[in-house]
Amino acid sequence: MTPSDFQVTRSSPFTKAIAVIGLLILIVLIAAPYWAGRADMRLMGELFLYLALASLWNLMAGYAGLVSVGQQAYVGFGGYMLFALTIFGGLPPVVAIVGAGVLGALIAVPVALLIFRLRGAYFAIGTWVIAEVFRLSFAQVSALGGGSGSSLPVGIVRSLASSRAGREHLSYWLALASAVIVIAAVYLFLRSRNGLALTAIRDNELAAGSLGIDIWRTKFIVYLVTAALTSMIGALIFLQKLRISPDAAFSVNDWTAFVIFIVVIGGIGTIEGPIIGTLIFFALREALADLGTIYLMVLGAVAIVIMLKAPNGLWGLIRARFDLELFPLSYRVKPSKSDMKG
Amino acid sequence: MAAFLELDKVSKAFGAVTVADNLSFAVQQGEALGVIGPNGAGKTSMFNLITGTLSPNAGQITFDGADVTHNSAAKRCRAGMARSFQVPQPFSGMTVFENAMIAATQAGGMHGTEAEQFCLDVLNQTELLDRANTLAGGLTLLGRKRLELTRALCAKPKLLMLDEIAGGLTEAECRSLVQTIKDIHARGVTIIWIEHVVHALMAVVDKLMVIDFGRKIAEGEPRTIMDSPEVQEIYLGIAADA
Repeated sequence: MTPSDFQVTRSSPFTKAIAVIGLLILIVLIAAPYWAGRADMRLMGELFLYLALASLWNLMAGYAGLVSVGQQAYVGFGGYMLFALTIFGGLPPVVAIVGAGVLGALIAVPVALLIFRLRGAYFAIGTWVIAEVFRLSFAQVSALGGGSGSSLPVGIVRSLASSRAGREHLSYWLALASAVIVIAAVYLFLRSRNGLALTAIRDNELAAGSLGIDIWRTKFIVYLVTAALTSMIGALIFLQKLRISPDAAFSVNDWTAFVIFIVVIGGIGTIEGPIIGTLIFFALREALADLGTIYLMVLGAVAIVIMLKAPNGLWGLIRARFDLELFPLSYRVKPSKSDMKG
Repeated sequence: MAAFLELDKVSKAFGAVTVADNLSFAVQQGEALGVIGPNGAGKTSMFNLITGTLSPNAGQITFDGADVTHNSAAKRCRAGMARSFQVPQPFSGMTVFENAMIAATQAGGMHGTEAEQFCLDVLNQTELLDRANTLAGGLTLLGRKRLELTRALCAKPKLLMLDEIAGGLTEAECRSLVQTIKDIHARGVTIIWIEHVVHALMAVVDKLMVIDFGRKIAEGEPRTIMDSPEVQEIYLGIAADA
């Protein structure tokens, strides 16, 4: 057999079918205001925001090897920027969300230059320290309520939409859009030439460097993009909460611990992992909602069992057994059917 | 004519352990240089210094007319160096074909179908085409060594550096490997090859260098070097006793 007997493909009939199903699900989700109740929409909105946060954390930790336990720094920063830009800057909330993303990327530059000097566990601790610095700094800003926080003025809330239902629909759609945009961005990035470089770094940094991949630069870009998008999601989260305080904005539990749980049980280093992880996390949370703190103990037990039994997460387990991928990233070399070639 | 690759008094030590001691040599464009020496002589460290995985304590490295002493490994690779690792370093979670694609797109600067076709050709040459969809982590040792060669070739290098790729091969495999390397050399690619399988090395190289304790012991025409008493003593002492 010679090379001309083979062809290279990235998609398959299966992934094409998945794409169609995904599109149908998306249409159903966009139409949720017409079929879902108020409480369900609230829950789904929260789910989408966690899905976006988890996909971003996965890109950073699972691919770039940047295990951060301080992403709450950007969630909180984005939330505060929303309040600052709308209250003092007079910007419409939706514009302020974009502004929060731009400012998040800017603040990430000096942070990255600082913490990129640290490796492994020291990097993780460094990110947490940075997040605490952010929390303590915002607690000093009396214009934003200092340590006790502040609420979004009624006028700004009303500017979103005049009716309460209109506001709820808008925040649902924004949350859905953020999840779709983040997953699409991660997918397109990983499919690109830079994504191939990032996947190589995930597997072997020594070999990646020797094959012309600029490891520092690739990680830096990933960190910046993640910071920008995480800040935008933070702004969106606090647009729904309407109230912000340093402890809520920079909560390591809410914005990082749960996100790590989601990615680890779902399958780190895959696009599908965070999706499965988010669904499981919310299913567990809703099922155990009445149990109080026992719920957190169950989450911990689930995480431990999965880490022991399926170190690559649930998606890793599925993929190993069935050789599936929902998002066609890999290359497949197949014998070409010469009679079909023109 | 200026040398294609030149090391000028390059030294590197880790505490008391010296891996390169005032090492100077030059390789001309299109030349194939063989490197031999006992285990721990500093051969792989020399590769690490040339490719930028290690930075020297002193000395200068020039490649293709430019001083690359302080350039990163990635930059040197993009300038035209590619290497194989003695201990294979595959991208384990990716397939053989994807490993090749990384070299072709990142180091070789190719795109799309051009890169895909090039990788298929190289995989055919290195006899890995039938394993193209296998995860690199699932390859046998021989497969991993072939993958090292494949990736280095997919980088479309001007200088190809091979680190003990013939070890553990059967006689037939070794012959086909030698033929592959001869073909690459015939295309004008400059080669530096570290190898313990001396007869494979002798079939390809124009010049031989012997290294011990990070120092250059001898350099010259392969036959003459192999027959010199110093080399017989230092390098082949064990073989002579047996």
